[in-house]
Amino acid sequence: MTTETQTKPEADARTMTGAEIVIEALREQGVEVMFGYPGGAVLPIYDALYSAKDIRHVLVRHEQGAGHAAEGYARTTGKPGVCLVTSGPGATNMVTPIADAMLDSIPMVVITGQVPTHLIGTDAFQECDTTGITRACSKHNYLVTDVDELAHTIHEAFLIARSGRPGPVVIDIPKDVQFATGIYVGKEGIHKPTYHPRTSPNPDAIAATVDLMLQARRPVFYTGGGVINSGPEASRLLRELQELTGIPVTSTLMGLGAFPASHPDWLGMVGMHGSFEANNAMHDCDLMLCVGARFDDRVTGRVDAFSPTSKKVHIDIDPSSVNKIVRVDIPIISDCAEALAAIIKELKARKAKLQDMSGWKQEIDIWRARQCFAYTNSDEVIKPQHAVERLYELTKDRETYITTEVGQHQMWAAQFYHFEEPHHWMTSGGLGTMGYGLPAAVGVQAAHPNGLVIDIAGEASIQMVMQEFSTAVQHKLPVKVFILNNEWMGMVRQWQELLHGERYSHSYSESLPDFVKLAEALGGHGIRCDNPAELDDKIREMIDHPGPVLFDCCVEKAENCLPMIPSGSAHNEMILGEILGNEIGEAGKKLV
Amino acid sequence: MSDGSAGNAPQGNPKSAYFLSHADEAIERRTLAVMVDNEPGVLARVVGLFSGRGYNIDSLTVAEVDANQHQSRITIVTQGTPHILEQIEAQLLRLVPVGEVIDITKSKRGIERELALVKVAGKGEARVEALRISQIFRANVIDTTNESFIFELTGASDKITQFVDLMRPLGLVEVSRTGVLSIKRGKEKG
Ligand SMILES: Cc1ncc(C[n+]2csc(CCOP(=O)(O)OP(=O)(O)O)c2C)c(N)n1
Ligand SMILES: [Mg+2]
Repeated sequence: MTTETQTKPEADARTMTGAEIVIEALREQGVEVMFGYPGGAVLPIYDALYSAKDIRHVLVRHEQGAGHAAEGYARTTGKPGVCLVTSGPGATNMVTPIADAMLDSIPMVVITGQVPTHLIGTDAFQECDTTGITRACSKHNYLVTDVDELAHTIHEAFLIARSGRPGPVVIDIPKDVQFATGIYVGKEGIHKPTYHPRTSPNPDAIAATVDLMLQARRPVFYTGGGVINSGPEASRLLRELQELTGIPVTSTLMGLGAFPASHPDWLGMVGMHGSFEANNAMHDCDLMLCVGARFDDRVTGRVDAFSPTSKKVHIDIDPSSVNKIVRVDIPIISDCAEALAAIIKELKARKAKLQDMSGWKQEIDIWRARQCFAYTNSDEVIKPQHAVERLYELTKDRETYITTEVGQHQMWAAQFYHFEEPHHWMTSGGLGTMGYGLPAAVGVQAAHPNGLVIDIAGEASIQMVMQEFSTAVQHKLPVKVFILNNEWMGMVRQWQELLHGERYSHSYSESLPDFVKLAEALGGHGIRCDNPAELDDKIREMIDHPGPVLFDCCVEKAENCLPMIPSGSAHNEMILGEILGNEIGEAGKKLV
Repeated sequence: MSDGSAGNAPQGNPKSAYFLSHADEAIERRTLAVMVDNEPGVLARVVGLFSGRGYNIDSLTVAEVDANQHQSRITIVTQGTPHILEQIEAQLLRLVPVGEVIDITKSKRGIERELALVKVAGKGEARVEALRISQIFRANVIDTTNESFIFELTGASDKITQFVDLMRPLGLVEVSRTGVLSIKRGKEKG
């Protein structure tokens, strides 16, 4: 070969190593931040990252942290969260966040290193069948064995992660492919012929929905995470349609913020720990307009007694969600924003008036008057509900983002912190992953450097991911961890009280870290408060501190999270005041 | 339903009260043709979906049918209530490499065929009888020894099952079946 034929400047621009292709593709996809942890099988990509100054890499302390951070980032920005981890243990540590993102429909692209192609299948060092392990818990996954397929695959992965019903996509890249030289292709024109999510509604279904809306006397909007996923426009359209109709609104845990909690027609959250008024409205309505929610068992309670007298309309982008749990009268397979826009248009074109809803609203007011979230406050001990209420009052006028762990504190956060806007509330709904909140807060803070990001935590959950506090310190991400420390796995304790005759088997932590010292050891600031009188000042101290803070809020230990629909019960069978111990029948005990 | 209280209709006059109790729905058998991109892991995805969600697979066949477009056709025979069958179809379509799911049974224009290899060993009367029956079923003899035959037989699954049952007392040794293949009648595709 002569040197002349080898110099092809044009082609050279598109020729690069697999590792460089990864970075270039991420750049073209607009990735500004990624979360990761290095290891042997991703070192070439880390090497390419070394000179990529425009992509910020947040080094976590455990790969699970990278995954949840990417989820938090995705949930608050609407853009796919990106993680980079090594093969074997790096990949298996990512399984929980992948499953979490799958159940909550969070767009995420996970890049995992793999042992070199020729070693695959030999039980090589740090080999695991990453695509096999993640197949059932990801939206899609790839093992890339040809460097020339790499750029295309990454662009396709982003397309799949964020379109249709969003979800996590895994790209497993063997080390030799990262070293090999290949052709880079851009994202333009990338499509997958078998993948064509439907996004616009069937006009007949829209017309039929408006017909039902015009007849309904007791309608309710039941909204969910799909409204958030659809983007800010969907929340805006939901508000517009509500303004147009006056229909009361409830939401799932995942949908909080899509509709402003300060609105007079806001019913509060629906479901197991939802409000009395929301659950009764769901039970007694004559028209249920489900927008981007999926009739999860935490919402429906006993399915055979779920909203028995209503007609149901279900807007969902995923056809498999429709008629899965509850049969509906009108399925609308569509993106939420497009369906809401079409309903608004149709409704305006009809120029007809909705039925008088004043009777329905009076009924709702009677339910509201029960004040289902009322609790007995105390001067002696901080009540967890009070702590969240104060946190809300002292932070509501700022740009505040809330993440949570899983347990009672999560439900109290959902009940007592009120959201006006979407993308401000990040919680693990479907998988219920303890340990989600702190790394998610890291991801949210990376997206909003000037926002006030608070993880409302439990003392048990936080210990699952405690090490990520060190990540926050390293990357100057001033997250605040507000621990409702009841010394118990409170939610477990509550279920043991309710279901197992107060036999508190292994739900008490005999030993807990000194969280203040722990914060200091990790390079942050620690605050402890056990006196209701000092709570406000200490919360202010937390807000004013410029760096990461661990706030150990010592609360009432035996508090139960109420109201509650016990497993196997209907929406109109809520426990309101206190737990007696006989609420759940034998059949209900078998449910989770 | 796991709470044992399924089917208790609520009071009043339900307009659209649908109960999750599909227990009273009859189980139906369906043949589905699943058109997929022939990419690594695609069969594992389809099979994993069935096992992960607790659906039945009675038989499954797969082969590439269009090499240029990397398309494979998977024919699955499954069972379930109408509600489950609807879910199976929707869940299959959720898989990224699945392009289309054709319900062969529901289409009424479906043709289903299976191929079987049946080994029968015997002497005397039984051997003669086996051969005689194989002729009635239009089976081919593809291997013979003094004491055995291997029959090759195609047809609908129940025809094959019937043949196998008839061979049982005549010295049936073993059976290998392909599982169901399917296609729709008429000139249209899919
Ligand atoms: C990873 C994981 N393991 C176990 C559980 C089961 N679980 C749900 S809530 C809970 C207790 C949480 O305790 P804590 O974080 O202190 O919150 P609290 O309920 O006391 O507010 C447990 C163990 C879970 N959700 N996630
Ligand atoms: Mg606790």
